[in-house]
Parts: sequence; C-alpha cells; structure tokens
Amino acid sequence: MQVSYYPGCSLEGTAADYAASIAAVAPLVGVELVELEDWNCCGASAAHSINHELAVALPGRNLALARQRGLDVVVPCALCFNRLKAAEKEEAQGGREAARRVKIWDLLDFLTQETFLTQVSRRLAKPLTGLKAVAFYGCLSARPPQITDKQDWENPTAMDRLLEALGAEALDWSYKTDCCGAGLAVARPDIIDTLVGRLYERALAAGAECFVVSCQMCQANLDLTQSRISEKAGKRYYLPVLYFTELLGLALGHPEAAGWLARHLVDPRPLLTAKGLW
Amino acid sequence: MDRLTTGELIPATALPARLLAHFSVPPSVCYQCRKCSAGCPLTFAMDLLPDTVIRLALLGQEETLLRCRTIWVCASCVTCTTRCPNGIDIAGVMDWLKEEALRRGVEGPQPEVATFHRYFLDSIRKGGGRLSETALMQRYTLFQLRRRPNLKELLRQLKLGWELFRRRRLRLFGPPALKGRQEIRAIFQKAGA
Repeated sequence: MQVSYYPGCSLEGTAADYAASIAAVAPLVGVELVELEDWNCCGASAAHSINHELAVALPGRNLALARQRGLDVVVPCALCFNRLKAAEKEEAQGGREAARRVKIWDLLDFLTQETFLTQVSRRLAKPLTGLKAVAFYGCLSARPPQITDKQDWENPTAMDRLLEALGAEALDWSYKTDCCGAGLAVARPDIIDTLVGRLYERALAAGAECFVVSCQMCQANLDLTQSRISEKAGKRYYLPVLYFTELLGLALGHPEAAGWLARHLVDPRPLLTAKGLW
Repeated sequence: MDRLTTGELIPATALPARLLAHFSVPPSVCYQCRKCSAGCPLTFAMDLLPDTVIRLALLGQEETLLRCRTIWVCASCVTCTTRCPNGIDIAGVMDWLKEEALRRGVEGPQPEVATFHRYFLDSIRKGGGRLSETALMQRYTLFQLRRRPNLKELLRQLKLGWELFRRRRLRLFGPPALKGRQEIRAIFQKAGA
C-alpha cells in the first residue's frame, strides 16, 4: 500500500531517530511511504501565532503537492498534521474546495487501523510483556476536533490499543492529552519545568516505567529536559520516552531497534534490559 | 502570577468590530461559563485568565490586551477552543491578538516568545522553505545572551547541542534547496513576513 509521506522539518534533524524507526517499521506492515517531493515547512507555531496568512499558505503548498500526487498523506508530527488539516479547512471555508481530495492522516491513527493491529499481533517476535507504559498523545493530533476530525479527543485510545497488541501494559491515566508546552520550550523553559514535571509525577503515580509518544515535540520536551527537571526538583526521574514506532519495531524484532533507542537522552536500554526485552 | 487589574473600563468598539469579523463564530456569543480558564494548563503563568481575555476583547480594552503576558504564554494547546460550549476559537483569539500586538509594534512583557517566532519564520524564509533547527537555535541563543548573559545556561545549551550531535540528531548543514523556493519566496512576500 502506497501513501504520501510528509516528514516535517524536525524529522530531518533532532527527530532523526523517529524518522529512522518510521522508515523501518512501515514496510513491516506492508506500507510504502513515498516522501512528498519538494515539501516545505508548515510554519508551525510561529506562523499561526504571528502571521495567519503564512500559517495557511505554507501548508497550503504542501496540500497542493499532495493532491497532485494523488495519494493519501501520512504525517508523523502532530503540529504539521494540525496545520495541514487547518489549511484544508480554511480552503473549504473560503469555497475553494479542491477538485481532487486526499486524506490527511496522523501517523498513529494510520498505523493503528484494525487491519494493521491484527497483522502485528499475529507476528510478534518479542512481546513486550511486563512493560508498564503510559500513552502520551499530547495536544495537536486530536485538538481541536473541528480541525482534526477526530472522535475521541478527550480520551484517545489508539496508542493504548497498540501497546496492548504488542503485549505491553498500557496504564490508565488522566493526562493523556495534557499539554507539555513544547512550543514554549525554548523561550520559557521554566514553564516546561512545571508542565513536564507534573506529567512525570502523574505517570509515576499511575505506575508507569516509561512514556510512549507519537509526537516528536512531546518526545523532545519530555526527554531532553529530564536531567534539568530532576536537578531542579531534587529528584532522579528515570522515565524513558519511547516512540510507538520504536516499540513496534522492537516487538516485531527489527534488527535496527537498538540503534534508534540509543539516540534518546534518557537511555531506555536499562529499563528494557531489566524487563528482559533486550 | 499576579493578575492584571482591568482599571476603569470604558468600552470601545474598534477592536471588537474587527475581531468579530475575523471569526466564523463571533466571540460575542461567550456567556462567561469560564470553562476555558478552568481547563487551561497555563493559567499559573498568565496575568489574565482566558475568559477575561475574551471579555476584555468584547469591551474593546486593547491597551490591556496587547500588553498582557497571557497571549504570549498561551501554549496553543487549544484545550479552550475544544471545550468552549459556544464554539469560540479562544486560542485563535490569542493568536489574533499576538499578531495585532506585533503589527502595532507594542512591546509586550514577553519579547522572548515573539522573537523566537520571528526567528523561526526568518529561518524558513532564508532556508528556502524548510526550517534549520540549528540556525534557529544559534540565533536565538545569541539573542538571549545579549539580553541576559548567563554562563550556566550557555553551557547547558552547548552540552545539549553536543549530546544531540553525537547521537546524529543535529544537522550541521542547512535544509536542501527546494525546487519551489521562488514559490516560497512569493508566499513570504505576499504575507509580509
């Protein structure tokens, strides 16, 4: 099955680890990701905050490229996904309905379709038995539903269902879609310390040993800051932040899984070793 | 965070007229249930609660709104917009006010955020269509150092840069040149960015 793939800027840089795991895992479930040729930045928070026109025109160009290609588009970054959807809605509102429509998918939703889940659970090379995780969905893959067209924005379950299919234990908690503040990570790191510190505490209270995420901004914000937040709080948090694609690769026995995991700052390998998953 | 006082309110009409025209659901349908403020995870860092922003906007209190901290520490998580029973795009109002503040050259209490956004867009424009995270971070770090030299923070940044570099997560060269870079330039010109 062929789909267009819009990686977004950070997957070419700080989230190269996410990009590598996505590229490795997609073929395992029979998906061919065709990178959208000549794609550009969606403008991210910067554009929608201070230049509305740019915030629609930049993703608008990507939409046009995707329509030319004619395949559904799969987007790993929650913010890129949100901006592409927002541009689509704004076009429709302005009466500029495209003649050729393509569906814009959030990668997590795409890979957790029933058909893939069934396939995956039949082919587990290494079930993630005993791994206690909280799924952290973040903000923009689901909110606001008027833009994302999601049904379960307050209590999404796609990642939880995937974790269960992989044999892990997906713990229930109330902070699945809380904001980690990634957009302010650079300009107001003190705010992040509060928001992310709260997520660590709530995850631990739920009994979690790690976070599982589908957004590279959530990953960076929970992972890169962990030593700083620990220092400030006088605690020693150890909560690895894993991409769902990494766990998918690990459970399906992909030989490169070790390489992706070594690229996080909070090294997940001690946890996985302790669980006998390594 | 101390909340701003609203002073003596003399309703004005210029701001609300433009604001109402911009949104498909006019913020004037607000019935002050305050659900937006109840669910907002950033209120601890705000000087005006989100519901107050909407109220003041409807009363035309632009002086207070364009100078407040709230619009800049809003993290755009869109919880408010999502939960508003009347369908008001509260996060969209925050964005609208940010853009308005910059257009009028208002110096707000949180220039770091506006500067970060500006550098971000500059980086896309200069890179010909894609963001260079490295260039953005270098420029922003220099901006912060000039304002408030902080050796400890600089060392932390450099260490983080190194940690990412040795994990092959730092791209030293800029993004690839796009075939559509003229198109991108035209988009930026048209949007005045």
